[in-house]
Amino acid sequence: MRRLLAIIVLSMVVFTSCVEEDVPGLQNTSVSLNFKHDWDGANVSSANFNTIQYFNENNDELSIEKLRYLISDVTFHKTNGETIVIEGYNLVDVTNDENLTYELPVQIPIGTYSNVSFTFGFDNTDNIDGVYTDLNSASWNVPAMLGGGYHFMQLEGKFINNVATEQGYQYHAIRAVDNADPMNLVFQDTFFTVNLGEVIVHNNSSVDIKMNIAEWFKSPHQWNLNDFNSMLMPDFNAQVQMYDNGQDAFSLGTVN
Amino acid sequence: MIILSIKALKNNKNKQMKRNFGILMVIMMLSCSKDDASVPQYVPTPLALETPALFEQKILSPIIPFNNPQTVQGVALGKKLFFDPILSADNTQSCATCHAPENAFTDASQFSDGIDGVFGNRNSMPIFNLAWNYDEKFFWDGREFSLEHQALQPVENPIEMHNTWEQAVGDLQEHSEYPNLFQLAFGTPTISSELVTKAIAQFERTLISGNSKFDKYLLGTATLTPQELSGFNVFMDETKGDCFHCHGSDNNPLWTDNIFHNNGLDAVFADIGLGEVTGDPADNGKFKSPSLRNLAFTAPYMHDGRFNTLDEVINHYSEGLQNSPTIDPLMKKVAEGGVQITTQEKSDLKAFLLTLSDYEFINNPDFQN
Repeated sequence: MRRLLAIIVLSMVVFTSCVEEDVPGLQNTSVSLNFKHDWDGANVSSANFNTIQYFNENNDELSIEKLRYLISDVTFHKTNGETIVIEGYNLVDVTNDENLTYELPVQIPIGTYSNVSFTFGFDNTDNIDGVYTDLNSASWNVPAMLGGGYHFMQLEGKFINNVATEQGYQYHAIRAVDNADPMNLVFQDTFFTVNLGEVIVHNNSSVDIKMNIAEWFKSPHQWNLNDFNSMLMPDFNAQVQMYDNGQDAFSLGTVN
Repeated sequence: MIILSIKALKNNKNKQMKRNFGILMVIMMLSCSKDDASVPQYVPTPLALETPALFEQKILSPIIPFNNPQTVQGVALGKKLFFDPILSADNTQSCATCHAPENAFTDASQFSDGIDGVFGNRNSMPIFNLAWNYDEKFFWDGREFSLEHQALQPVENPIEMHNTWEQAVGDLQEHSEYPNLFQLAFGTPTISSELVTKAIAQFERTLISGNSKFDKYLLGTATLTPQELSGFNVFMDETKGDCFHCHGSDNNPLWTDNIFHNNGLDAVFADIGLGEVTGDPADNGKFKSPSLRNLAFTAPYMHDGRFNTLDEVINHYSEGLQNSPTIDPLMKKVAEGGVQITTQEKSDLKAFLLTLSDYEFINNPDFQN
């Protein structure tokens, strides 16, 4: 009986050791980012697509038929100035309800961060033409004549134009390029950093990131869809205005 | 835990307990060895897809169901079934009747007639690169998920082979060769519709087209003419053809997004396409973007085969668009009829599109009857 007791005790030690190996899990945790969308506070999902129902700042009435955008390089900023950069990207596809949650590929230390940020689109280091097979498969590319690389956002739908007719729009955001001289493309960066502010990371944290779609049409440039609706990728000024308007599109939602 | 138990038994004076444990272990070993020795598991020979270099470089891996891996025997059986009219009720039509190799596995008719001479209302779709249809929605309206399920339909469709699966399977089972071929492919001589469609799907997944002139150009082994290059620029220019948003690019060698669009063919729909499948009016008039590969062989064009030539197709996008509530926002200048490209641009675009034709594919002896 004493030997049997010894075996049981030994077994318990072995099992306890296994638990101790998982101790780092108590300090590092999974974090998921949830992408939520609204139009000036009214929730927007794919269920709300295809109906002309939203008014932009210019009072253009419009629908959404497609919304996809890419975020990359999520970064956790510690209070001591150190950063944890999550190399990678997530193509949020609202149309098909895909990738609305981004499970970060590495665990994050539990604690308080002075800021969590991400890049809207790709920075120039990551925006390499044709190298991401999943994005190529999703037809997310930008033509080489516009510098190559990838889209940052595709927002499409219909609006009621100034002759009271439904008309399509394609609000596609890419790196701004002046292609007046095809042999000498001139670029302006239009990716930008979104700072969400302080985030306290708990065990298995879930962080909501909100995009107010109306902001893309609002400020500082009141977007007139009658003037800017199609063929915006090669339109340098339109791209810069998208960049400006996008600065206030994202904000931090609920953190659990 | 077993090791711990053995140690415990070694130190246990209860010999009866040791003996019982020993017997148990022997029984377990005998059970295992009996399984291994008495029925050797037949495993057909695995066959990897011959993925083109550009596909490897540029896009995600093909979709192969875990329960239907590619095998030499499965593909050979699938090929035989594909070309064999035994699947039709009167033994007059095979899959290849409407999906002929010389037409990139479609046919030259607007609509195909079935065994009773009845015509359908959709143009036969070409068959190639189907393993890269990541969403696995098949047919013009996406109504079937997976290639195996797709292959179930034509056999029983009253305007196609007009057979029953019971009859088709019975005929195959009575055939002098098929039971053995199924044994080789799937380890059983008992034929079922599930195994028939698995074999056909395996063969269809081998129908890979990735060696067109444009593929060779991208790989640095061919040169495009100035006109073909100009046509590619029309294709990629958002202010000209703007074809790339739906039809791939030099970075997406499928030359389709495999997504459903209303491309402005009609103001009023005779066929609502995807809308019939989803029940969502927002999907009315939407059909799958076909690949632009092999256009030299796949006329007529569109889901209803309304255009006999590529010129007609290009003219449609340039000045023939019809407005409707579900027209895709990517269809530009609808009020003007389309993107309004010049005669020269049309000619250039056509020249480029024809560089996507893969003559090696349609002549591949592995794909012939």
